[in-house]
Amino acid sequence: MFRREHSIPLRGSAAALCNNLSVLQLPTGNLRHFGVVHGPSAQLLSAAPEDGSLVQRQLQAKEGAGVSPTLITQVHWCVLPFRVLLVLTSHRGIQMFESDGSIMVYWHALDTGDAPPGTWSGRVLVFDIPAKGPNIMLSEELAGHQTSITDIATEPVQGGDCMADVVTADDSGLLCVWRSGPEFTLVTRIPGFGVPCPSVKLWQGIVAAGYGNGQVRLYEAMKGTLHVQISAHARTICALDLAPELLSAAEDTFVHIWKLSRSPESGSIEVEHCHGECVSNTQLCGARFCDPSGSSFAVTGYDLAEILRFSSV
Amino acid sequence: MSVRTLPLLFLNLGGEMLYILDQRLRAQNIPGDKARKDEWTEVDRKRVLNDIVSTMFNRKFMEELFKPQELYSKKALRTVYDRLAHASIMRLNQASMDKLYDLMTMAFKYQVLLCPRPKDVLLVTFNHLDAIKGLIQDSPTILHQVDETFRQLMEVYCGLSAGEFQLIRQTLLIFFQDLHIRVSIFLKDKVQNSNGRFVLPVSGPVPWGTEVPGLIRMFNHKGEEVKKIKFKHGGNYVTATKEGSFELYGDRVLKLGTNMYSLNRPVDTQTSGASKNSTSRAQQENIAPNPLAKEELNFLARLMGGMEIKNPSGPEPGFRLNLFTTDEEEEQAALTKPEELDNKVINIQAMQDQQRSEELARILGELEVTDQPRWSTSKGDDLLAMMDEL
Repeated sequence: MFRREHSIPLRGSAAALCNNLSVLQLPTGNLRHFGVVHGPSAQLLSAAPEDGSLVQRQLQAKEGAGVSPTLITQVHWCVLPFRVLLVLTSHRGIQMFESDGSIMVYWHALDTGDAPPGTWSGRVLVFDIPAKGPNIMLSEELAGHQTSITDIATEPVQGGDCMADVVTADDSGLLCVWRSGPEFTLVTRIPGFGVPCPSVKLWQGIVAAGYGNGQVRLYEAMKGTLHVQISAHARTICALDLAPELLSAAEDTFVHIWKLSRSPESGSIEVEHCHGECVSNTQLCGARFCDPSGSSFAVTGYDLAEILRFSSV
Repeated sequence: MSVRTLPLLFLNLGGEMLYILDQRLRAQNIPGDKARKDEWTEVDRKRVLNDIVSTMFNRKFMEELFKPQELYSKKALRTVYDRLAHASIMRLNQASMDKLYDLMTMAFKYQVLLCPRPKDVLLVTFNHLDAIKGLIQDSPTILHQVDETFRQLMEVYCGLSAGEFQLIRQTLLIFFQDLHIRVSIFLKDKVQNSNGRFVLPVSGPVPWGTEVPGLIRMFNHKGEEVKKIKFKHGGNYVTATKEGSFELYGDRVLKLGTNMYSLNRPVDTQTSGASKNSTSRAQQENIAPNPLAKEELNFLARLMGGMEIKNPSGPEPGFRLNLFTTDEEEEQAALTKPEELDNKVINIQAMQDQQRSEELARILGELEVTDQPRWSTSKGDDLLAMMDEL
């Protein structure tokens, strides 16, 4: 069972994007950072859970020579083994900041070339990040998708290699599973079925994907075999999170929490529904667990100028 | 964001505008023989609608509209509708025009939000066009224009993927972000709450292509289903029975985009004058920096250049239409409107004269290169006012 906690007010409402909530849990202290895209700006908030005091910062997308203001498409904290970067994406390019958003350390302009504005190449860019400083370099471009990338998920590989497995998802619903290394290798492709896959997560060799028709599917990452299919929502999924429970949020105003396990006999993936929450009259656009055990989560909704929080009782 | 959004935005808002004007004109309808010189008759109503529809669906105008391009600011788009509303003998003053625009935008925002599938926004557009054809069925030339636009819509949009429609939907929702004007007909029907938010139902048919939530299916490594369990999803959904038609004629199934106004359900708004939502809307508009103004002027010039406005000439008076119930209400609305909501109307003269169109384009061309407006005052204070506004 979950109950509503105090909401965190936002200076501007959340935009109708997918995966529109990023949460950074800091290991030291109880501080959490929240990031939400409003439109041409992204809001960063640090909320101390005890007294709820807030520190706000607003980041603007880097302007280009275009007609309308640049809109941010995603704000996300990338937690690397040795540093945390805040990444802001827009169709003009990728900006990377120190984790509190204070200094921009890197800007990568997306070159659309001769293509008319608005067509996306489906490229996945891989950057080499040094432990400190702005010496970030584009190391590789992965080809595997033909339409725009919607989400990327990573998981450190078990076995102490410190190299991650990666899943990328796109607008056609195609999923690509990669093995990282000095060069990335494509491990398997999981075809789509006519709807976009806006959100994807990776956990213990399981790919969890949320689709535009409200379905959540779980696949074995290495071979791409379908193991679970959930008719989870009545509208498109907008966000997934894994903590070890699976959290799904959709434009149908619902949030659901699912328990994942492996059957001891067959080793196959099993799913059980734990909890559902209806956020009345709100088209959700982002959802995240707020702590590693999954005992609390937060959601954002289109046109809503607050982050709603829930914690288990 | 999507560069194919503008035609859908324009046509649906235009459709709502026609519904509202049609209803108001019918409400103020006086039988032809009894009418005074300044009162509306059935003949006048048909003429106004014919004029507006034929301007909207003008071939050159549609050509400009369908070019892949980003959405322009709300101000620029509002200018186009101001011009469109005055494409005939009808005149609207500031307060009525504001109200008309508020109603149009909230109606389409509602339709976009409630579309079951992103692709259904195309069915909403077709509903508007079907109804527009009903309004002008006595005019075969204009009917033909509308059918041409129908075909163009089918050509451009019917082949788009679900992902592209999702992007179009997101682009539209970003355009409508933070608009929470309360509309009486929505409040009465309980589709909008008193805080201006729309009600999102969790019952009814699921979108075409979506399963009713509630089932978990588990498979083994061979792909065989080994377990099936149900869960309680919290809504009250049923399977969709039928998909709407995307052909020139057909049952659209979806009711969104059909005419919700009638003589018994008058057009009315309540504006939340002092609400903080209106301030945040103004803030969002002000973010647009000046360099955009030139691009928008170019867009407007091209779009207006394509509009053939029949300017009332001779002694014929412009008939005034009031969107409020009484003239006093209209005056009151104009006075009590909070300053930040004051969309200054950009007055542009009808550019039916080819030479004057070219003149406008030349002036704008100069403007683009030198970054300094060089106005010859004989071109009119209107253009100057336009520059000030943007």
